Amino acid sequence: MDTNGADGLGLLGDPTRRAIFELLARRPCTVGELAQQLPITRSAVSQHLRVLKDGGLVVSRAEGTRRIYRLNPDGVTALRAYLDRVWAEALTAFGKATHAAPLDPEQEDR
Amino acid sequence: MTSTPTIPPLTGTITVDAPVEQVFRTFTDAFGSWWPAEYHIGQADIATAILEPRAGGRWYEQGTDGSECDWGRVLAWEPPHRLVVTWQINGQWQYDPDPAHASEIEVRFSAEGPDQTTVTLEHRHLERLVEGQALRDGITGGGGWTSLLELLAKAATNQT
Repeated sequence: MDTNGADGLGLLGDPTRRAIFELLARRPCTVGELAQQLPITRSAVSQHLRVLKDGGLVVSRAEGTRRIYRLNPDGVTALRAYLDRVWAEALTAFGKATHAAPLDPEQEDR
Repeated sequence: MTSTPTIPPLTGTITVDAPVEQVFRTFTDAFGSWWPAEYHIGQADIATAILEPRAGGRWYEQGTDGSECDWGRVLAWEPPHRLVVTWQINGQWQYDPDPAHASEIEVRFSAEGPDQTTVTLEHRHLERLVEGQALRDGITGGGGWTSLLELLAKAATNQT
């Protein structure tokens, strides 16, 4: 689809990374807080966060003894990358649905 | 009066082997049957998503607990060739009822032949989401997503 968010698009292609991205969009979190909300270990969360940081979508800062992760305010492609991902997956799913399941005749009169 | 620059719209297209009338109905009547379940905003898991088949209709998700969360409204209902809906989901993944903060999704259905249809989608007015966020910023003090949207608007200016 759009090339502007190409990096973000690839980074958000992984379902777990996308889940982390969405949680951080709701509010900044620590690794532990993310791990509590996901079916993966803290270590796995950290690995995904590293990929997201390297890709410029996420930043972190130390707050006392805690490290808080948030979406990167300078990662200006993130919103478009995210929505781009939504539409790419939605259209692909739509194409499959159209091929796989023609509508029932009973819906003809809608 | 707006101070927010235009953010380039997102576009997508797909060609499917089915008549245009059927493709339009699948997109609208059967919306909940194909929409990826991981994309929803309600606290509950999504049971289905519904696009009401009329101008002014609601576009919303139903949760497995019976709750409903609005996504937007149907602006144009022109079967089988054109559909425009709003996307009014803010940075906190909540419905923003203010029409001034509504981005728009236009979907066009073009018959390439009796059994082939091209669907073209454009998600535009993304800057209106930014305006909504900027307003919200004054109330909540902002967050990562808020700043992101504001900087996105600046970046869009710099690119032109």
